[in-house]
Amino acid sequence: MKLEMKDTPGQLVAALKPISDVGGNIIAVIHQRDEKTDGDVLAVQIVLELQEQRLGELLSLIKGQGVNVVRIGKERLLYKQTVIMIGHIMHTDLGDTVDRIDCTGYAEVTELTMVMPAISEPSSARLVIRAVNKEDMEQALGILRGVAKEKNLLIIEPLEGIG
Amino acid sequence: MKIAILGMGAVGRGVLELVDGKDLGLTVTGLADSKSGLMDKDGIHIEEVLAAKQERGYCGDKSISATDIVEQADYDVLIEVTPTDAKTGEPATGFIRKAIARGNHVVTSNKGPIALHYAALQSLARKHRVSIRYEATVGGAIPVMHTLQHGLAGNRVLAIFGILNGTCNFILTRMAAEGLTYDQALLEAREMGYAEADPTYDVKGIDAAIKLVILSNTIWKRNVKLDDVEITGIDMLTTDALRLAEEQHCTIRLIAEAVPDRGVLRVAPRVLPKNHPLVVEGSLNAITIETDMAGEITLIGKGAGSRETASAIIGDVLFIRETHARGH
Ligand SMILES: NC(=O)c1ccc[n+]([C@@H]2O[C@H](COP(=O)([O-])OP(=O)(O)OC[C@H]3O[C@@H](n4cnc5c(N)ncnc54)[C@H](OP(=O)(O)O)[C@@H]3O)[C@@H](O)[C@H]2O)c1
Repeated sequence: MKLEMKDTPGQLVAALKPISDVGGNIIAVIHQRDEKTDGDVLAVQIVLELQEQRLGELLSLIKGQGVNVVRIGKERLLYKQTVIMIGHIMHTDLGDTVDRIDCTGYAEVTELTMVMPAISEPSSARLVIRAVNKEDMEQALGILRGVAKEKNLLIIEPLEGIG
Repeated sequence: MKIAILGMGAVGRGVLELVDGKDLGLTVTGLADSKSGLMDKDGIHIEEVLAAKQERGYCGDKSISATDIVEQADYDVLIEVTPTDAKTGEPATGFIRKAIARGNHVVTSNKGPIALHYAALQSLARKHRVSIRYEATVGGAIPVMHTLQHGLAGNRVLAIFGILNGTCNFILTRMAAEGLTYDQALLEAREMGYAEADPTYDVKGIDAAIKLVILSNTIWKRNVKLDDVEITGIDMLTTDALRLAEEQHCTIRLIAEAVPDRGVLRVAPRVLPKNHPLVVEGSLNAITIETDMAGEITLIGKGAGSRETASAIIGDVLFIRETHARGH
């Protein structure tokens, strides 16, 4: 996720400290000249990984430090992995397979590419899954593994983070 | 140093040829195949016995068995290179026990006894103050056991990842490179002599899993068994799946993985970036060892073959000679 705030002296340090306190992981700190803010004040963006349920806690901690968060970025699914699936993907309710990931709230299937060969032959699909962080990705892959077992699909998981 | 060899297949012949052709200071005093045996404490004439085996199908005297060689021949190290029986480990395990009980070292390429009875054989060997080494059981020519036991001594091994079956790697390489179907690639692997007539053990991931068990028990000594490994083979893979991976600059490989801290012990096809160090071509094997001090180490080499496997065996024999110099 992305947090944006004004870069007045001391604010950055004050904002960074609570992040680790709630188990967040800072990915980048970006300074940028924001057109909309008056004068020469810089805006700061902090890109971080965080369990979604701890966001409220973080925001109140940051506020407690006297820092004003201007905006919270929409891009919360920063972690991406590719999974390949083989089997009777359509006939085992593809919609449901995707749903089981999407309904978690912390992971989503954001891309699906499917190749269908002759009827009755197994088809192959590539799923791009996005999740809030590595732990959530593990959870999502675990769910997918369960679905695959139930529907007799073969899933080929990534060995390490890809893309 | 005197060696006795059980088995005259690809591996046994490889050892014989190298001992004959290179000046290694090794003398073969006992030899057996499935039908016959031969012993000579002054040294067997290797060229003659190789020719005899080729001509008539057996190497020595039909009244002498492999057990006779183990129990009666005059040798320092038994080289056990008979076929792998992954379910019972026999008759190899019996041969190995007898040799150790006689106070002889053992070097084997046979996965059965090591995967099934590692702890028991090690403690028997300790009791008799001899060594049992098995470098050739995993990764063919790759000196992975030496690396783990000596080169990386003092490191904590956190995880291992490996391509441990050359047949599967060959099939996947051909499916990706030429767009062959699984069946076409398997046929090609057979024609090239990489796949057995019955490829089940290879393509179902069982062979890789057995090797993962051997590696795990060597490193972590937790006595894991083949049943503890979660196994998925490559026989259901489609050409489309490989193409879908390819479109993202990735490919698919059969990866054996052990991460004890996360309770992971599995063999399964996985998606990897094509520039990943484990992505090797053809029948090659590769093993990545993740450690606390050395970081990641990846070893790549030929996972099978007569001379290559013999190289690992000879490395073990010479290591034993160095560490147990007994003046023979
Ligand atoms: N080939 C490789 O590249 C490779 C690589 C790593 C590990 N290995 C392992 O190394 C071992 C040998 O492989 P290989 O390829 O050489 O096998 P192989 O070509 O099938 O040869 C096996 C040999 O063992 C003999 N044999 C069978 N039963 C016996 C018994 N009860 N007593 C004495 N000898 C017996 C056979 O006798 P006959 O000649 O009379 O049939 C044959 O000479 C296997 O355990 C294999 O898994 C092989």
